Amino acid sequence: MSAARLFPLLVAALVLAPIAVIFSSFLTPADEVWRHFASTILGELVINTLVLALAVAAGTAVLGVGLAWLTAVCDFPGRRFFSWALLLPLAMPAYVIGFVAIGLLDFTGPLQSGLRSLTGSGLPWFPPIRSRGGVALVMTLALYPYVFLLARNAFRTQGKRMLEAGRALGLTSYEAFFRVALPMARPWVAAGVMLVVMETLADFGTVAVFNYDTLTTGVYKAWYGLFSITAASQVASILILIALAVLLVEQQTRLRMRFSSVHAGGETPRIQLAGGHKFGALAACTIVFGIGFVVPAAQLSLWVFQATSTDFDSRYLEYLWHSLALGALAALCVTATALLLNYSGRRQPDRMTRVTLKLVNIGYAVPGAVLAVGIFVAFAWLDRAIPASLRDFLGIAPGALLQGSVTAMLLAYMIRFLAVGFGPLESALHRVTRSIDEAATALGQGGVRLLYRVHLPMLRGGLATAAVLVFVDVLKEMPITLMTRPFGWDTLAIRIFELTSEGQWERAALPALFLLLAGVLPVIQLTRASE
Amino acid sequence: MRYLRIALAAACTAAAAPVAADEVVVYSARIEQLIRPLFDAYTRNTGVAVKFVTDKEGPLMQRLKSEGPNTPADVLLTVDAGNLWQASQSELLQPVKSKTLAANIPAHLRDPEGLWFGLSVRARTVVYNTGKVKPAELSTYEDLASAKWKGRLCLRTSKKVYNQSLVAMMLAEHGEAKTEQIVRGWVGNLAAPVFSDDTKMMEAIAAGQCDVGITNTYYFGRLIEKSPNLPLALFWPNQSGSGVHVNVSGAGVTKYAKNPQGAVKLLEWLSSVSAQSLYADANMEYPVNPAVKPHPVVAGWGNFRHNNINVAKAGELQAAAVRLMDRAGYR
Amino acid sequence: MTPVIELLEVRHAYGDHVVVDGLSLSLAKGSIGCLLGPSGCGKTTVLRCIAGFERIQGGEIRMNGIPVSTATAHVPTEKRRVGIVFQDYALFPHLTVQANVAFGLHRLPTPERRQRVSQMLEVTGLRSMAGRYPHELSGGQQQRVALARALAPQPDLLLLDEPFSNLDVDLRERLSLEVRDILKAHGSTAIMVTHDQHEAFAMADEIGIMADGRIQQWDSAYNIYHRPCNRFVADFVGQGVFLQGRVNGGGKVEIELGVLDGEVRLTALASGDKTPGLDLEVLLRPDDVVHDDSSPTKAQVLHKAFRGAEILYTLRLASGARVLSLVPSHHNHAVGDFIGIRLETDHVVAFRK
Repeated sequence: MSAARLFPLLVAALVLAPIAVIFSSFLTPADEVWRHFASTILGELVINTLVLALAVAAGTAVLGVGLAWLTAVCDFPGRRFFSWALLLPLAMPAYVIGFVAIGLLDFTGPLQSGLRSLTGSGLPWFPPIRSRGGVALVMTLALYPYVFLLARNAFRTQGKRMLEAGRALGLTSYEAFFRVALPMARPWVAAGVMLVVMETLADFGTVAVFNYDTLTTGVYKAWYGLFSITAASQVASILILIALAVLLVEQQTRLRMRFSSVHAGGETPRIQLAGGHKFGALAACTIVFGIGFVVPAAQLSLWVFQATSTDFDSRYLEYLWHSLALGALAALCVTATALLLNYSGRRQPDRMTRVTLKLVNIGYAVPGAVLAVGIFVAFAWLDRAIPASLRDFLGIAPGALLQGSVTAMLLAYMIRFLAVGFGPLESALHRVTRSIDEAATALGQGGVRLLYRVHLPMLRGGLATAAVLVFVDVLKEMPITLMTRPFGWDTLAIRIFELTSEGQWERAALPALFLLLAGVLPVIQLTRASE
Repeated sequence: MRYLRIALAAACTAAAAPVAADEVVVYSARIEQLIRPLFDAYTRNTGVAVKFVTDKEGPLMQRLKSEGPNTPADVLLTVDAGNLWQASQSELLQPVKSKTLAANIPAHLRDPEGLWFGLSVRARTVVYNTGKVKPAELSTYEDLASAKWKGRLCLRTSKKVYNQSLVAMMLAEHGEAKTEQIVRGWVGNLAAPVFSDDTKMMEAIAAGQCDVGITNTYYFGRLIEKSPNLPLALFWPNQSGSGVHVNVSGAGVTKYAKNPQGAVKLLEWLSSVSAQSLYADANMEYPVNPAVKPHPVVAGWGNFRHNNINVAKAGELQAAAVRLMDRAGYR
Repeated sequence: MTPVIELLEVRHAYGDHVVVDGLSLSLAKGSIGCLLGPSGCGKTTVLRCIAGFERIQGGEIRMNGIPVSTATAHVPTEKRRVGIVFQDYALFPHLTVQANVAFGLHRLPTPERRQRVSQMLEVTGLRSMAGRYPHELSGGQQQRVALARALAPQPDLLLLDEPFSNLDVDLRERLSLEVRDILKAHGSTAIMVTHDQHEAFAMADEIGIMADGRIQQWDSAYNIYHRPCNRFVADFVGQGVFLQGRVNGGGKVEIELGVLDGEVRLTALASGDKTPGLDLEVLLRPDDVVHDDSSPTKAQVLHKAFRGAEILYTLRLASGARVLSLVPSHHNHAVGDFIGIRLETDHVVAFRK
């Protein structure tokens, strides 16, 4: 068996072990919990989940693609600024945006209070923020950067030739966007929306802030409320299956299509927006950036500023260092693995490899805490499986694998975030046509040199995107970090967890602001590099 | 290259450091800022180091379970009797016989077998808007289901364990049918969708979205400390009946503790007079040790009689309570 | 009749760099024109200006008599009713052959669209490929898809940008004839751009030789070859050498190989103005010099290129000047041999020195 086939299988084994643990829950019946769910809340949970996933997918697609088109292809005042600024909500955990939105817009918030005292009456017409629409809006604002980033990449590298061909066939520039640019950006947009859907399915923090019950809520209810980790794992398995179905269907429908031609036809000259369009674009960008980033960031700053007892001490530097180190290491590991996986798929495009490559992405759709348990159980098994003789030989104590080594954490992050690194690289590889491989190989640049001299320079954008997304995601991640960190390896996210778990949101503003700063810098760097 | 070296160094240094002989290792669901001062004080007093890691109860217990005999943990510390009961059911804890603990902690706040011990008491009581409600109108948790509170009640989500315990204790007292009727009554009286935390709920009461609700006292304490002028006050319900619903935070010695003696010593110290104020006051809770007075602010809220049914009952009936609330439409 | 396309003194520059400099041409309905020129002469830019991808800075472009580009006004591409076959075809990689061909027919009702697509697939011989994706086709097939796609909306004018340059030589010749047949069958008006004269000769009714942003000569293939209007055209099209010549006393032109018998067109001068003693440069094509063993004039073989039926000899004359001669290939001589040659000039072109 060739390395190209073996490698995906090895990674799949690693990634799927915790998933297998979760699925193994079906060996133990949890009929009672299921009967209860079926007779009470299951229908509501399923509907809530699907509606939210669809709404957020649609919302992020519209927002992400629209803003990407404006900043990548058009020109209007502020375009340069917004092309990186619109990525910043990426560094803002969704539940923070949610909490701030509720704080400002709910009955007790300043807006409604102000309006009430102004009008001297109630505001029955005011749309409730703690609602399906509210949670969908907040998650859209928090997650659209995934689509924005990838779609922007697609539009920037698409070149002008295809658009010209469309224009010559009688399309207006508006039609050319919908019939040429957008379909040709499909793998990128799909990869972004898939990340969004998986993150939405797995989200617990944001829906909890809104008290909006989804299947993930059901997972935690079964586990924490009904003390049935079995039922919890089974509900989580359903989530995995939903995500898998979406993944495979999307993949299947574009199996034979290609999305790049040999000649891109050079840089696209920007479309100069005029008059109303110009101000429309400016307004759209300003509103999204304002609500998605400025307002939450300002609220966090205000809370930090107001805090009477300052929590800041030298430990924050330690948290920061831990967060940065874990984020950077994870970004490195995940990006490298994702690259190698994509390569295997290119070298060995048979059915088994293709399915394997889809499966390895599934960790992103599992609620974090459930995946954390799956990972932990798998590691514990591995730990016990090491024979005593080998243990003596290597000099590792029983339990050492688990009790926190950073290596174990990185493995866990890899299982969770492989999809985040995989998607951007997969789409970026669409631009490297097979003839480029062949040309390079013919020039004696095969194997590793092909990667180093030809692909890496061509994939720079995709690699940077993957690395930054993973970095920022690891920065924000809680359940796996909580469960697998070594003693004393507290991070900024853990600090946020400690404070928010007892409702001390104002105090959590300090670590959240640190987190934001740590995440914003690489995001800015990323866009600078891709301009 | 430099980054790679740093990375390797980080990976190596982070590998598990050996545990010192007399060190105690704690898995804590009580958050870091509430326990670190105590462990620091313990280390200062005894020279024994305490190593701890925090997480939610569920993952911590699952972690203990999958680590089995390999676990480094000596003590499991959680914030709710339901979780302590669950830990004992899952055989994660070992029985402890300690005269000191028996003397410091009232019987209904610890496990009869000595598997776990309450370390602080938290009361879940009624809070109301002083501008809109007179204390005389209030009486019991059950009364909040009556028609006069229609459109005036606010509640936190049923997914929070505190509400699950409250309903579980009502189940123990009233049985299934009557409890469900009460919970349905609450749901019918709601003025707004349930809130994700007590603080938000109290702010809604203060702002006039509703008039009355149920909260843990320390959330009230924290909110009033920040905004002293809010028109809010606590009311102690069920004083002529079963008493105010209380819960505990507490701890037990893990089944596979490497240092069980050290673990027991730590628990004994945590229940002692010298540690109890620190433990309870850090979070405006009530000490378990009757010899210790609560913090003056907490004492200022008045004395009350609390429900004397063993808090373990809340754990036993928690799943039933959750199912009941689902049926009753309490989200 | 109004020409389909008319360019009047068109000027286009990228910044200070003038690419098209006062270019004019016009093309009647149903004819195929070709801009032939070395790479970098601005021919593709002319095509892009006609398509409306580039704005012009001076002059005017008219389609069917209506101005579409002036220095101040610009009709967008999609309103011009032009079809384009790009050098790289620019097929939509995410669409099947059928969908590519149907792409420009989006304003037609479905039944008509279907009918038109199947008609185009029939004409271009692509029927069996309808469900394939572009990357699943050969180069020639892709080329035909590009043509079918461009023709499907029945454009007033078809623009072809080096349409055969990505194909191998064999295919190039066959396809260029095929494409010409398709265009003629359609009655299409087309402008092609190429640097390959064989393509131009095979496809075009009228050819414009471009250099330095202008058309040097706009004419039929025959005249371009045999009656080039200046040295550049003569040099660029076909093979040939220039020899020194002089008008003799009898008004005939005399060169090293003898007196030219046939018609001598003297460009850039009135035809009658053959003053004795005038120094000229005479263009001799390889077919003007024939091999004749009995001829007293001998030349030495410097180089030979076997062409199947013929051999192209490069010969040195006594004066050291070189000429080319196309000789039936059974006259096989070694390099260094002296062979007899004579002139056979029905008409030659001479330029004033």
